[in-house]
Amino acid sequence: MAENCFDFDEKRDMAWCPGCGDFSIRLSLLAALKELGIERDRLVMVSGIGQAAKMPQYINASYFNGLHGRALPVATAIKAVAPDLTVVAEGGDGDMYGEGGNHFLHAARRNPHIALFVHDNMVYGLTKGQAAPTSRVGMLTPVQVSGVIADPLNPVALAIAMNVGFVARAFSGDIEGTTRIMKRAILHKGFALVDIFQPCVSFNKLNTLQWFKANTYALEPDYKANDRAAAFARALEETPFPLGVLYESDERRPFEELLPVYREDRRPLRERSRDMKALRAAIQEKK
Amino acid sequence: MNPLNKELSIVLSGEAGQGIQSIESMLTAFAKNAAYHVFATKEYMSRVRGGCNSTEIRISRERVTARVGRIDILIPLTPESIPHLRERISAETAVIGEKAVVGYDRMIDLPFAAIALEVGGVVYSNTVAVGAICALLKIDRAGCEAGVREFFGGKSAEIQDFNVEAFRRGYERGSALVPEVAIDIQTDPAVGDEIMLTGAEAVSLGAVAGGCDYVCAYPMSPGTTVLTAMAEYSKRFDIIVEQVEDEIGVANMAIGAWYAGARALVTTSGGGFALMSEAVSLSGAIETPLVVHIAQRPGPATGLPTRTEQGDLNLAIHAGHGDFLKVVLAPGDLEEGFSLTRAAFDIADRYQSPVFILTDQFYVDSYYTTPPFDVPDAPPERHTVRTSADYRRYALGSADGLSPRGLPGMGEGIVCVDSDEHDEGGYITEDTAMRKAMVAKRLAKIAAVRKDILPPRLYGDPRYRVLILGWGSVKRPVMEAMAAIGLPYIAYLHFPWVYPLPDGVAEYMAAASTCIAVEGNAGGQFADLVEFETGKRIDHRILKNDGFQFTVEELVERISALA
Repeated sequence: MAENCFDFDEKRDMAWCPGCGDFSIRLSLLAALKELGIERDRLVMVSGIGQAAKMPQYINASYFNGLHGRALPVATAIKAVAPDLTVVAEGGDGDMYGEGGNHFLHAARRNPHIALFVHDNMVYGLTKGQAAPTSRVGMLTPVQVSGVIADPLNPVALAIAMNVGFVARAFSGDIEGTTRIMKRAILHKGFALVDIFQPCVSFNKLNTLQWFKANTYALEPDYKANDRAAAFARALEETPFPLGVLYESDERRPFEELLPVYREDRRPLRERSRDMKALRAAIQEKK
Repeated sequence: MNPLNKELSIVLSGEAGQGIQSIESMLTAFAKNAAYHVFATKEYMSRVRGGCNSTEIRISRERVTARVGRIDILIPLTPESIPHLRERISAETAVIGEKAVVGYDRMIDLPFAAIALEVGGVVYSNTVAVGAICALLKIDRAGCEAGVREFFGGKSAEIQDFNVEAFRRGYERGSALVPEVAIDIQTDPAVGDEIMLTGAEAVSLGAVAGGCDYVCAYPMSPGTTVLTAMAEYSKRFDIIVEQVEDEIGVANMAIGAWYAGARALVTTSGGGFALMSEAVSLSGAIETPLVVHIAQRPGPATGLPTRTEQGDLNLAIHAGHGDFLKVVLAPGDLEEGFSLTRAAFDIADRYQSPVFILTDQFYVDSYYTTPPFDVPDAPPERHTVRTSADYRRYALGSADGLSPRGLPGMGEGIVCVDSDEHDEGGYITEDTAMRKAMVAKRLAKIAAVRKDILPPRLYGDPRYRVLILGWGSVKRPVMEAMAAIGLPYIAYLHFPWVYPLPDGVAEYMAAASTCIAVEGNAGGQFADLVEFETGKRIDHRILKNDGFQFTVEELVERISALA
């Protein structure tokens, strides 16, 4: 048996490039799940399309690997229908901030208890090196041949603006630090974003491991994450980018807790059945 | 004017927001309580205020379920109502209303507003009109007055009193018109046990019967009618109702809900459904059910947002890339709306596939009296399993391509689904043999569903010479037209299950000397499907694409010309 119930007994052929930050992020996730003591049959991983979105393939748990950009509506529904399960959504910057940008905004509004881990390598990997929503201005790619001209999306500032109750930035090179942040994100009762900086060894020659090291700093140990305006100011900082939990607040109640179906009955929908007498009465009321 | 003794067609016309709705609601309720069969349908412009809309109400001694062109009584509330309905106003039409407002020479003057002012305010005009019409129908006054109180039950006692008084005054003025507008329609005591509801409500009750416990949608006319009805039932039946940011999110959310153990319904119209194509394909690939109600309206693009058409059949059949099972059902009347929607959830769950219910604006907005629906005692059966530790979601080996569907959190196993081609456990694979096996698994479901296909229903003498083929909401207009034509050799073959096309259609067609397709679109999408699947020609296509449902008279004329 694998030492971690979310790991596999046998070695798997992983589709990631040698040296990819995805491997480190996987180790952080496995450690976080184990340390939190989550049971294997109580977790659902949800993802879209891309190299990062393949993460559920390599975690021994239930998963829904759906369409590009569409992980969050799926994850929201799973949490709404089965609030007893732990739901983790994971994907890349293109998947979550590009194709799925609208869903990201509205997941932030709804605030379901879902931890969202976004691998942010500032480039498109699986489609071979085009610009991502987080690519820096000026980056040359096979498509943006004169350099990227659109400003990068700032996911942590956007999330704080949307009043997401847990907003953090991690770095794949720091496995223990990422694990600690992931654990807090999974425990946060609401929507939690962890934007994870990660080098792309195949397609991003600009934002390399060294570049990330040189252009990030850890939030001070006495940083207070409960001040939204201060957190927003920090979130706007670039080169160097702050790493750590930027904002944390439990003032918002999660989506699934606010759904009227759970007001008097905590059972997930799969355990309920229809009241046919009430249906017959509803039809008779049309007389 | 000869006394109308079989049925009456009343049309109310005016601006949006002028109160046609309240006249219609009271009148249909009072007529039904008086044991008349009632049918009502409305046509309206895509705007919130102003414009010119109309509602047709048929009051009859027999069941009526279709639209007629003829107007027996017209209540115009604006001058624009007259040109709006000109083609339908004949010498026999009694036009009743405020001459000073409408300015139509040939009308019977009944100053609703002036009478309402005597009572206490112009606001009571609509109730005056209801009183006048009830008097013409000779509906018992005391019963109606109780009905008026009930209708305004949410208002103060004073407002109720004013409305009752307005009704009384209207009733008196209407009674004075009786020699001019002679109506003598018998009632049918059986109506007392019947229900009266819209197509949208029938579909919604069918969804409740099918165990629907999750509804998601992005508002779009006319699909919103079902969203609103389900929201109304949500508290009573523990249904999650979520308005989603866009239709792409809607369809993905619904599939996620099914995956986790809900029975989710999506309701939309053609333009919204177009955005869901990729998710339809996802449902096919990961073999996770999906039920979508598509209330059709005329396209292309935004088209005519509030009108009707049957133009989305091809879209539904061809939705989603790749090869997998899709089922299209299309109710033709209220009972079918209930029973087919209920069945849609069972089929989707059993075959782990997308199922579409195609209605249209005419269908969802129209309502009439009908016998109550049959409800089984047992709640809907769930076609899911408790998993064991070695569970594999896409286990191969069954002849029908079906592998037991487990739910995450229900059993010791894990449930892995992937939009990529996958192996039995759900993991991504590019293994050629596995690819072939998974394609075969999905195709086997297309073959397997045939044993559950609802056959088409034949109405009329089986020794027919002329066979009319139709689907969806043309059912009742065709049947009423057939009855009016009265030729014994015409029969109607109705398809509640449209796709995959049922077996035996070629045999039905071979028995006829003339086959006619009737459908509400420009090219004949269903006729194309029938010709493609059967290899037989449909001789004539009676089509309509002006945004309105066929009237009975129109079908009588067009069918008679061909039969």
